[in-house]
Amino acid sequence: MGFEKFLFYCFAAITVAAAAMVITRRNPVHAVLWMVVAFVSSAALWLLLEAEFLGIVLVLVYVGAVMVLFLFVVMMLDIDIATLRAGFIKYLPVGALVATVMLVEIVLIVGPGNFGLDVFPAPPAAGVEVNNTRDLGMMLYTVYVYPFELAAVILLVAIVAAIRLTLRHRTDTKFIDPARQVEVRKGPDRIRILKMPAVVEAETQE
Amino acid sequence: MEKVYLTIVLAPLIGALVAGFFGGRIGRRGAHSVTILGVGISTALSFYVLARFIWYDLPVFNDAVYTWMVSDGIRFEVGFLVDKLTALMMATVTFVSLMVHIYTIGYMADDEHNWPHGSKAGTNSYQRFFSYIALFTFAMLMLVMSNNFMQLFFGWEAVGLVSYLLIGFWSVRESAIFANLKAFLVNRVGDFGFILGIAAVAMYFNSMDYAEVFAAAPAKADLQVNLFGGVSLMSLICILLFVGAMGKSAQVPLHVWLPDSMEGPTPISALIHAATMVTAGVFMVARMSPLYELSETALSFVMIVGATTAFFMGLIGLVQSDIKRVVAYSTLSQLGYMVTALGASAYAAGIFHLMTHAFFKALLFLAAGSVIIAMHHNQDIREMGGLRKYMPITWLTALIGSLALIGFPGFSGFFSKDAIIEAVSGATIFGSGYASVLLTFGVLITALYSFRMYFLVFHGKERMDDHTRHHLHETPWVVTLPLILLAIPSVMIGWFTIEPLLVNDWLTSGDWHPIVVHHAHDTLHHLADHWHGQWAFIQHGMTGLPFYLAMAGLFGAAFIWWLMFARNPKLDEQIQAAGGPVTRILLDKYGFDDFNQRVFGGGGQSLGNALWNGGDRVFIDGALVNGSAHSVGRLAGVARLLQTGYLYHYAIAMIVGLVALLTIFVGL
Amino acid sequence: MIALSDYLILSSILFCLAVAGIFLNRKNVIILLMCIELMLLAVNTNFIAFSHFLQDMTGQVFVFFILTVAAAEAAIGLAILVVLFRNRRTINVQDLDRLKG
Repeated sequence: MGFEKFLFYCFAAITVAAAAMVITRRNPVHAVLWMVVAFVSSAALWLLLEAEFLGIVLVLVYVGAVMVLFLFVVMMLDIDIATLRAGFIKYLPVGALVATVMLVEIVLIVGPGNFGLDVFPAPPAAGVEVNNTRDLGMMLYTVYVYPFELAAVILLVAIVAAIRLTLRHRTDTKFIDPARQVEVRKGPDRIRILKMPAVVEAETQE
Repeated sequence: MEKVYLTIVLAPLIGALVAGFFGGRIGRRGAHSVTILGVGISTALSFYVLARFIWYDLPVFNDAVYTWMVSDGIRFEVGFLVDKLTALMMATVTFVSLMVHIYTIGYMADDEHNWPHGSKAGTNSYQRFFSYIALFTFAMLMLVMSNNFMQLFFGWEAVGLVSYLLIGFWSVRESAIFANLKAFLVNRVGDFGFILGIAAVAMYFNSMDYAEVFAAAPAKADLQVNLFGGVSLMSLICILLFVGAMGKSAQVPLHVWLPDSMEGPTPISALIHAATMVTAGVFMVARMSPLYELSETALSFVMIVGATTAFFMGLIGLVQSDIKRVVAYSTLSQLGYMVTALGASAYAAGIFHLMTHAFFKALLFLAAGSVIIAMHHNQDIREMGGLRKYMPITWLTALIGSLALIGFPGFSGFFSKDAIIEAVSGATIFGSGYASVLLTFGVLITALYSFRMYFLVFHGKERMDDHTRHHLHETPWVVTLPLILLAIPSVMIGWFTIEPLLVNDWLTSGDWHPIVVHHAHDTLHHLADHWHGQWAFIQHGMTGLPFYLAMAGLFGAAFIWWLMFARNPKLDEQIQAAGGPVTRILLDKYGFDDFNQRVFGGGGQSLGNALWNGGDRVFIDGALVNGSAHSVGRLAGVARLLQTGYLYHYAIAMIVGLVALLTIFVGL
Repeated sequence: MIALSDYLILSSILFCLAVAGIFLNRKNVIILLMCIELMLLAVNTNFIAFSHFLQDMTGQVFVFFILTVAAAEAAIGLAILVVLFRNRRTINVQDLDRLKG
């Protein structure tokens, strides 16, 4: 058993354990934190698969952004955990049964018989000169350039949607409306010109 | 000649249109002038045509004047077939029609009294009446002059329509409306058979034209069609066509409308329901003789129906007390005679009787109408009597008509009826024995009811009230002139026409045979073979059973309703009471009306109710319309249960589906 | 050496755990969303494993897009959740039955 294999089993065990903790934790904050663990160990597994860029992105994007967002939401919302947990035990057997059946079936398909080493031999380890990020970039910016642009648009839409959904105007807070600020005109808003009779001073006549 | 024929047809139509649409503007005088002018032109030209046929051997005209459309090889056209038969019919129709037109001036003079005061329908009723009868003349001429089945059907329906309009002419009377609806419905039954017959002709001959069909008919004489088992095509067509004739010519069991049609004004009873329209069936069968000759089955059917009508309808006439109804039943009976003659293949005799009957029956009706005018529209013969001295012309003409009707030797009816009885007794087809016996004894019945009416009306004690008696007087000349003009042919027409019609084969000879008779069926040849002039025929007739029966009837009627009645005014009722159940059956008219009311009327109503309740409300409304909506609702109610709105239910459903698909995938 | 099947079995375990999580935490929308993220993780692992063993970069491109979409989905999903909580004062799925027919 090589070191590589040892690492695989380590991270696999951590991932599975963390996933199990995610679904069984009583406190959603704990669940999110266990989720972070699962993602990080998965990232490690991806590194083993020579997908370095994606592994890093998983940590940066998922752990750094998405999971933090989850955490933020979970903490922000005043959740009544007790009612949400009701029925957990009741559904445990059926959940376990369905999951087990599913697992057995999937393993029957993807087991060593179909996808073992003799069927899919392990590729030779990539040399130092192979740059995963560069390769991925080559693909993204050439063949998949239009989907890539679309993905960018999707992210933009997501940003707009998220802001639009959560934005609310509270009347009880004092704030400055920049839009109205820049609309201020010189005429009536800033300067008032008054008409008044001219007053002639005697001294100036001299 | 085409222009002449067109003029004959169109002149009454123009008269009718003018009187109908501009009746209010041209007034009474204008209306009757224009229609009488139209019909008069037709009459004159018809007689001209007939004269040309008799003396100058006019060629037969058979051509289309207008092609309406051609569909799948069948031509739908308006065309005329004018041969001797048509010419005879045209002359009869137009002459009687003209007489009736003139008569109507007198009869309808006080028509406003027949309408409720201020009645809108009663406005210009006089003009409308003239428009109708002129329209009828047009329709009848179209019918008889047709050279194809479509136009025949058009004329057939058009006369039916005018008949309907005229029976219900006094539309404010409930009985009139009932009668015209009845006539309409019963005629629909007959017309259904008729149109089926025409459809069969169109289907198997692929033509509507008489000449083409007649020419092709012998080739199809033995053709069998598959309809409830094998049926001879010719029998089928002939019987179906005859069903139409049964409706129009009021043969048992479709006769029920004719007595009720007496609700209409008397002139149209004379014109439509005695002289012309009801004889359309007889004419049609005679016209179709090339077809009927090919089917003995149909001939037997025709003969049996005719004989049954002739005898049993005459019996009902014995117990009627309404003067017009007596004549109506007499008409039924005489139509039966004509139809029986057709059944015996004595088409010429049938047409002969049709013609003589048209004259004397129109005469009798008009005479009855004259009596009705004098009696201020009281039609009950039990309240008449002794009218002879008040209305000498009416009396005399009615006597002539009655004598003609019973077949008194020398009168027109004698020739035609004797010829029919002779022909039927010579027939050999199935049912001819039955027909022969009924027809012979029918003569006795005819004499009895005719002279019962005659003696009750014109002789004996005056049973009307004083007021009526004071106003009794002869009717005006417009009424009596047609009576006289009709009385002349009633007496003489038989004498002059029997020889050409029945003996010299006027109708069955020449290049074109208006009437075709097969040798095997030729029942008139016996008459022709032993023809020694009219005198000999009369002398021969006076030795036969029908003559003695007629005389027995005449003298029996005279004895009972003249001599005995003078002593015992309640005699009529007593005789009827003595009749017991027989009288009751006769008064019930054999129960045809009750049967129709109960079975067809009531049955139709209950069927309609059942369909309404079961078919419409339960099935269509309940099951189909609301049912589909309800079932959608119920289905949606079930589907609603799936739609819980809980996110996890949908998620679980997805997962279970995923597992199921996986299972299938693994299993495969 | 680590076989492809090892990675596949690992991701299927991950996937089935997520499924079980949906069953167990059926009332908590946040956990449900996290379970979906777990499923996506499993799928992504599959893609990368195949990409590695087939020496085909396309799998990684696909994962890249899935990550993008998943991030967007998480952002919008959480935003909806926040609005929902603001309006209904609950994220209990049991109370969210307005879709009931």
